[in-house]
Amino acid sequence: MSEPSLSALSLHALDVFAPPNEEGKVMQILHGITLSIGQGEQVAIIGRSGAGKTMLLHTLAASLAPRAGQVLVLGQNPWRISSRARQLLRGQVFLAPQTPPLPPRQRVITTVLAGRLPQWSIWRAACSLFKPHDPLAAWQALQHFGLGDKLYARVDRLSGGERQRCGLARMLLSNAKIFLVDEPLSALDPTLAASTLACIQAQAQARGASLICSLHQVELAQRYFPRLIGIAGGKIVFDMPSDAVTPAMLAALYAGETASPLASADSAAALELPFKASLPPSVHC
Amino acid sequence: MNPLAPPRNFRDPLFVRRCRQLALMLLVLMPLLHYSQFEPWLLWDAQSLQALKHFLLSCVPPAHDVEFLQLLWQATWQTIAIATCGLTLAWLVAVPCSLLIADSLSLSWQDTGRMRLPARIARQCLRAVLTLLRSVPELVWALILVRIVGLGPTAGVLAIALTYSGMLGKIYAEILDASAPQASKHLLHNGVGRCATLLYANLPQALPELISYTIYRWECALRGSVVLGFVGAGGLGQRMDESLKMMAGNEVASILLVFIALVACADLLSKLLRREFAQ
Repeated sequence: MSEPSLSALSLHALDVFAPPNEEGKVMQILHGITLSIGQGEQVAIIGRSGAGKTMLLHTLAASLAPRAGQVLVLGQNPWRISSRARQLLRGQVFLAPQTPPLPPRQRVITTVLAGRLPQWSIWRAACSLFKPHDPLAAWQALQHFGLGDKLYARVDRLSGGERQRCGLARMLLSNAKIFLVDEPLSALDPTLAASTLACIQAQAQARGASLICSLHQVELAQRYFPRLIGIAGGKIVFDMPSDAVTPAMLAALYAGETASPLASADSAAALELPFKASLPPSVHC
Repeated sequence: MNPLAPPRNFRDPLFVRRCRQLALMLLVLMPLLHYSQFEPWLLWDAQSLQALKHFLLSCVPPAHDVEFLQLLWQATWQTIAIATCGLTLAWLVAVPCSLLIADSLSLSWQDTGRMRLPARIARQCLRAVLTLLRSVPELVWALILVRIVGLGPTAGVLAIALTYSGMLGKIYAEILDASAPQASKHLLHNGVGRCATLLYANLPQALPELISYTIYRWECALRGSVVLGFVGAGGLGQRMDESLKMMAGNEVASILLVFIALVACADLLSKLLRREFAQ
C-alpha cells in the first residue's frame, strides 16, 4: 500500500507555536516533529487530548505555519510559495475538522457540494447556489454514511453526529490527494464508528489518496490502520507498524509524563486520565 | 428585638458614587445645553401656542380633494423612484467595496493573523473613501449637485447614491466580519477562493442581517429623498415645502400620512424578505 519513495507529506524538525491567546502569549505545541507519509498510505495518530494531534493535522494541511523546520506537501513547501499557489496546493489537501464549522442556515446539499469549490469557477459556484450542480454526487456521498435522506435538510436540523458525517461527505466530493481527518468518530456510536471508518478508508484507497486520521479509539486505530503515530506533549513517542505497538507502549502514551494524576497541575488532563483508563478504548466517550 | 430589623449600617455602598455620577453628568450637560441654545420654554410662549393651535386645527381633516390626491400620488412615486434608484446605485458601489475591505476574506490575515502591508494600505485607502462619501450628508451633496446638474430628481438620486454607498459599504463589511469566522476559515484553508468562500460560508450566515439592513437603508433613503425635495430635487419633499410655505396644514397632514404608510411598508417588506431568504 505504501510507496515510501513517493512522499505525500514530509515534516522535518518541525516546531509549531499556537496563535497568540488573549494575553498575547504564544505556546509551543509541537517540538521537533520529523515524519514522512507516502502517497496512498493510511496512518492513525493517537495520543491524549491536548497532545497536539489537531495542530499536527493543521500543520500538515498547510493552514498553520511552523516556526522552525520544514513542511513539504506533495513536494512543495507551502510557506515558500505565493499565496495563490498555496491556495491551489490547499485544494489538493482536505482537512475535515472534528466539529465541521458548517453555516447553520445552509442546506446539506450546499454544504456537501462545497467540497467541489476548489475545482469550480466562481460562476459555477454561484449558479450552484441557485440550482445545485451535480446533486447525485452529493446524494451518493451522503449515502455512504447513511444520510441520503438528509440531502435537502438544513444543517441546523442535523444532530452532532450527522453534522460530522456531513463534513466527511464533503471530503468525499473534494478532489484531494490527501485526506486529513480529525477524530471523525467522536460523535458516533460504536457500530456507526466502525462502518464510517471503513467507508473513509475504502474511499481513500479507491482514489489512491493518503489518509491521516487522528483517533481516540485506540483499538480501532490498531486494528484498521497499518501504521500508528503516538504523540505526547507535542512530540512523537512512536511511529511504527501497528502490529509492533505493544499494550505497554499504549499505556505509557496515555499515562503521559506525569505518573500520578493528582500531582499534575493541569487539572483537566488529570481528570481525564482515570476516566480513560477505566473504559475500553473502543467505547465512545 | 425584631429579627428582621435591618443592621445599623444598612446602606447601599454604591449610593454615594451614583449621586456623584449623576452630578457629574449634569455638570457636563448644562453648559452643552447653553451652547446649543436649546430653549424649550419658548414652546410655552402664548404667541407660539396660538400659532401651534391654528396650525394643528388646520391639519384636520387631511386634504383629500381629487386634484391634490393626484398630485400626491405622482409625488409619492417620484420619491420612491428617487430612493430606489439612489440606493441601487449605492449598492452597486458598496458591494465590491465591502468585499475588498472585509478582513475575514483576507488570506494573509487568516494565515498569519496580520495583513500584508500593501493589502493593509489598500484597505485603509478604500475605507477612507467610504468615510468621505458618508460623512458629507446627502443634503450637502444635493446642494452641490443641483449646481452641476440643475434642479430635479437627478441631483437627488446622485446625492443618495454618494452618501449611501459609503454607509452600505462600511456596514456590509462589518456584518460579513461579524459572522462566525470558522466556516470561512475552514473553506479558505481547504483551498477555496475568496469569492466562493463568501458565497458558501459568509453569506448563508449574514444574509438575513444584510437584507434587514439594506431595507432599513431604503427606508432612510425614502426619508432622505423627502428632505432633498426641499432643495428642489422633486418628489414629496417639494410638495411638502410648498404646503408648509402656504401654511396649508391639511396638505401637510396628508403628506405625513403618506410618509408613515411608506415606512410601514418598508418594515413589512423587510419582514417578508427576511422570511423568504432565511430558507
